[in-house]
Amino acid sequence: MKTYSMGILFCGGLIILAAMMMSQTTRPAAPARATPARTARTGSTAQGGFAASMARGKQVYLQQCLACHQADALGVENMNPSLVKSKYVLGDKTVLVRIVLTGMKGVEIDGDAYHNVMAPHSDLTDQQIADVLTYVRNSFGNKAKAVTAAEVKAIRAKTKLN
Amino acid sequence: MRSLFSSGMKGSTVKTMPYRALFIALCLSVTGLLACAGDGGNGPGKGGGPQKTDPADSGIKVPSGFKATVVAQSLGRTRHLAVTDNGMIYVKLERLKDGKGIVRLKDSGHHGTMDDVMGFGHFGGTGMAIRDGYLYASSDEEVFRYKLDADGNVISPEHPEKIVTGLLQRGEHEAKAITLDYDGNLYVNIGAYSNACQVQDRTKGSPAMNPCPILDSAGGIWKFKAGQPNQTYKDGVRYATGLRNVVGLDWNKSTNSLFVMQHGRDQLSDLFPQYFDTKQSAELPAECMYELHMGSNCGWPYIYYDQIQHKKVLAPEYGGDGKKDGDAKFQDPVAAYPGHLAPNGLLFYTGTMFPERYRNGAFIAFHGSWNRAPEPQKGYFVVFQPFKDGKPSGAWEVFADNFSGSPELTASGRARHRPCGLAQGPDGSLYVTDDSKGTIWKITYNK
Repeated sequence: MKTYSMGILFCGGLIILAAMMMSQTTRPAAPARATPARTARTGSTAQGGFAASMARGKQVYLQQCLACHQADALGVENMNPSLVKSKYVLGDKTVLVRIVLTGMKGVEIDGDAYHNVMAPHSDLTDQQIADVLTYVRNSFGNKAKAVTAAEVKAIRAKTKLN
Repeated sequence: MRSLFSSGMKGSTVKTMPYRALFIALCLSVTGLLACAGDGGNGPGKGGGPQKTDPADSGIKVPSGFKATVVAQSLGRTRHLAVTDNGMIYVKLERLKDGKGIVRLKDSGHHGTMDDVMGFGHFGGTGMAIRDGYLYASSDEEVFRYKLDADGNVISPEHPEKIVTGLLQRGEHEAKAITLDYDGNLYVNIGAYSNACQVQDRTKGSPAMNPCPILDSAGGIWKFKAGQPNQTYKDGVRYATGLRNVVGLDWNKSTNSLFVMQHGRDQLSDLFPQYFDTKQSAELPAECMYELHMGSNCGWPYIYYDQIQHKKVLAPEYGGDGKKDGDAKFQDPVAAYPGHLAPNGLLFYTGTMFPERYRNGAFIAFHGSWNRAPEPQKGYFVVFQPFKDGKPSGAWEVFADNFSGSPELTASGRARHRPCGLAQGPDGSLYVTDDSKGTIWKITYNK
């Protein structure tokens, strides 16, 4: 899937981004949908390309992230940091993937302290982590390169998990 | 407008501006939506005082006959506050603003406006109380006090006396809320640095620790001597345990006992989706009011209180499923409120300005929820809980509302203001802080 051209990726991305932003205005349905299969932990191929990754990533976000980071990803003052235009979200993928794998606590962001612990999410598959990070990096006004399952796999291999 | 007081932190007099016309226009334009109860009117008892009310901060809804007036804005993260006998306000800032952690507001001209603003204290925190000629203030690890002169002024702003030191602060439930009794004792909340005492906090599948080792040094209320310097854990006693986190607490003079508001646990459906859906998880568990005595055990983390089933329930981390009873040995709350509303302020009203039914009842400032998502958020209001014979009596009611700015802002959690601290003025008025924008309201009643 690395053969996807950047042009297609960006065009598709813009369309999906627009669709996602529009869909953000409605609250997600309360009952959590079934988690996508976790069989792809070792799989390194992005299944179905950017659009499909965004769609899957949104489902992971609803189930794993929304409770703390909220539907608009702006977080909770003093408790859970915003994911919008965050240097952690938009920056180095390795740092970002490791936050998902190992959690986060006690980090000041732009001078603000956040008191809630973020749990490690190493039980998510490489594909799920790639999808949700791709989704967060390209939703809520964010724009950054997609994350692939292969990248998550490589980072996971070099990360000490709790 | 928002920085009205920001330049006045060192005692300079703040210039005022005529916002009344703008405010009236705004009021007219929103008639029917907002009560416009918090008006830009004069301070109590004096005519012709200058106006300094930001209309955006004035849409607090209060019952008929009451009036909410903004007395200060943009002070920082204003947490708890205390008012002197002559009406000066001391408010604690959670984080330093312009290097100061306590703000003193004074109506120098007796015109009903807090025009004299002074900052001092080099620590952030939550606790603020006045008792027996001293101002008590807490950081997240220590409690200090400042001697007050006969006019309520701090005598040595640079030299507070350290009363308690070395309290546990691990970044979660860190606020050391305080209150005092009338026998020379200080009560300090030491919140549990955990949601539910799991090995890995807030992590699905991580087991609970049993017994919970946190409770030896946190998750309760500790009692210290109000006048003895440099006390540590060994000098105090664990007065009550099994309390996850308490921010709102007050000594009830009529019962001569301590009442606290517990922040109930989070994330039931995140951690146990097999037992709780998101709607249940938004409502449960209750935010509880407890009356404490020496040795009280309210049961965190082993149980929580379910205000719908009206019973203590075994926590899922300890084998519960949302239905199994919690151990009867743990104390029952005296009142229960919907989940996650975050009660940050508690005040027993002893004044005579408000109607008789309010006397010895409790006001509770609910900071507002975040852990109701994906359900709508709730709270951001001040509740009145009627009391009779020292016990809650009858249903609680929303007393002051619309701190968020609109029902939509409440639902999304993007509240404009978040009520936190409560205090009673010498005239019986009620003060409310907002730790989001640093606003302080004064609520008065006119017969």
